[in-house]
Amino acid sequence: MTQKPSGIFNWLNSRLPIVNTYERHLSKHPVPKKVNFWYMFGALASVVLIVQIVSGIWLMFGYENTEEGAFASIEYIMRDIEYGWIIRYMHTTGASMFFAVVYLHMFRGLMYGSYHKPRELVWIFGMTIYFVMMAEGFLGYVLPYGQMSYWGAQVIISLFGAIPYIGESLELWVRGDYYISGATISRFFALHVVALPLILIALVFMHLVALHEVGAGNPEGVDIEKHLDEDGVPLDSVPFFPYKVLNALVAIGIFGVVFSIIMFFFPEGGGYMLELANFEEANPLSTPEHIAPVWYYSPYYAMLRAVPDKLGGLVVMGAAIAILFVVPWLDRSKAASIRYKGNLSKIAMTLFILSWLMLAWLGTVPVTELRKTLSIIGTVIYFAFFLLMPIYTSIEKSKPVPERL
Amino acid sequence: MEEKTTTRRKVLIGMTAGVGAAGVPFAAVPFIASWNPSAKAKAFGAPVKVDVSKMQIGQKIQVAWRKQPVFVIRHSKETLANLQEVESKLDDPKSLNIDEPYRDINPTRSTSQEYTVIAGVCTHLGCSPKYYPEMESQPWDESWVGGFFCPCHGSMFDIVGRVFKGVPAPTNLKVPPHYFDGNILTIGEERGTA
Repeated sequence: MTQKPSGIFNWLNSRLPIVNTYERHLSKHPVPKKVNFWYMFGALASVVLIVQIVSGIWLMFGYENTEEGAFASIEYIMRDIEYGWIIRYMHTTGASMFFAVVYLHMFRGLMYGSYHKPRELVWIFGMTIYFVMMAEGFLGYVLPYGQMSYWGAQVIISLFGAIPYIGESLELWVRGDYYISGATISRFFALHVVALPLILIALVFMHLVALHEVGAGNPEGVDIEKHLDEDGVPLDSVPFFPYKVLNALVAIGIFGVVFSIIMFFFPEGGGYMLELANFEEANPLSTPEHIAPVWYYSPYYAMLRAVPDKLGGLVVMGAAIAILFVVPWLDRSKAASIRYKGNLSKIAMTLFILSWLMLAWLGTVPVTELRKTLSIIGTVIYFAFFLLMPIYTSIEKSKPVPERL
Repeated sequence: MEEKTTTRRKVLIGMTAGVGAAGVPFAAVPFIASWNPSAKAKAFGAPVKVDVSKMQIGQKIQVAWRKQPVFVIRHSKETLANLQEVESKLDDPKSLNIDEPYRDINPTRSTSQEYTVIAGVCTHLGCSPKYYPEMESQPWDESWVGGFFCPCHGSMFDIVGRVFKGVPAPTNLKVPPHYFDGNILTIGEERGTA
């Protein structure tokens, strides 16, 4: 893209920093020359965000945000609107895939220490995105007003009731009625389609701006800023275009295939993505035999159930999310990447993954005595991974991190 | 002189910001208050009447009040006589931790000697507990003596809705305002308040 001395592009560019922005954030933006597939999930997350926004707008054409009409309008979208089913399944599959790529993206961060100095703020913006996504996903799940929408919302809104003194009035305030009614649906709709997406987009913007300020990390945890060429560009970097872009296109292609297979052949995801009870309209008088959240909330739901106390359950669940925010200050290791950390970190990370997966499973199945014990063990390991991190990362001996990538 | 101007400017900025900040709570009032139940939602909570004379002993029926389940259970004399036996398992057998409307009138917790009237909403996270009246071993309790079990998070209540120890639910099931006029049970208001 060369600058012509005259012409419409030049006129535009002297009024809007097109070339500068394009070069700074896209074409010339330096990225580490060696990364692996774990570094693709951020790009995939932005693709899903666009899919969700577009399919969401199209769903709004047919959706009715009333108590009487919500459930029927979903059936209307599915059966009567041309290709309505594909739009809806794109949105529901997109929700699950959004969480899948964000979880892998977050795990990449934990594994390679992407939160290490100077990327603390990138991590915090990312965690805020994750938190808003959880709220966004919950609000969206309520909108079809099926049995699981209703009872899931009943449980989640009742969590507010665990807050001492103001809990019960807060519940009523959130619902705007004595039960989850049309009043609740219409406010959830407004939050789901306008308020939270705006916040989400703003946060993604901040996440990227902060990332481009400090530069992306790499699996080795090498600080590429230490060795610069005469122009101040890191020697171990390549420009974003074409290197990163072409990589990302391959990743997006593979991701598109996976996405399509799920969307066309397994849109319900075996009841973990769209729960079977939600194909029945909400009945405020009858709780389904088995209430389980969709898979992406289930580890935290298992923690809630592990605690035999209403307020305690809420506190533990909240703390499980909150503790992720402070990870940059819990990790005292000199090495950012797990490749150069000591054995204690490797053991801790393995246990953490296992406990998270076990909790994810436990959150989806009915409680028994044994499963309750397992939930408690899983919860303890989950918290131990974070709370003991300052200890095991400072006592273990990490390997020296290479100078160059 | 210059320093004086700067100080003055700081004071003015501070005062402007302070007045502006004080206005924020006032401006927030309509936005927050509009989330409260509307007049329409409040008017919807009219009381419901139900004839309980046709209920069998031990039967539970479900009545909808404010679109929420209310359980009415007709107890046998034996059941009521045995209510004390389970008390060692209960967290709050006398309902001291909640605002019990008809405390110490009847063992049923209601205004009737035979029927229990309780909100069918778990005090944990709002699911509707299931009724398991039989005294038999259950997956969640081997020495189950009959009562309510919440399928969501495993809270247990006895036959008159009193919460067990060691379950997530913090308090007994609530007793809604009600009164009996012969066989006609009215849920949602006290006698003589209408």
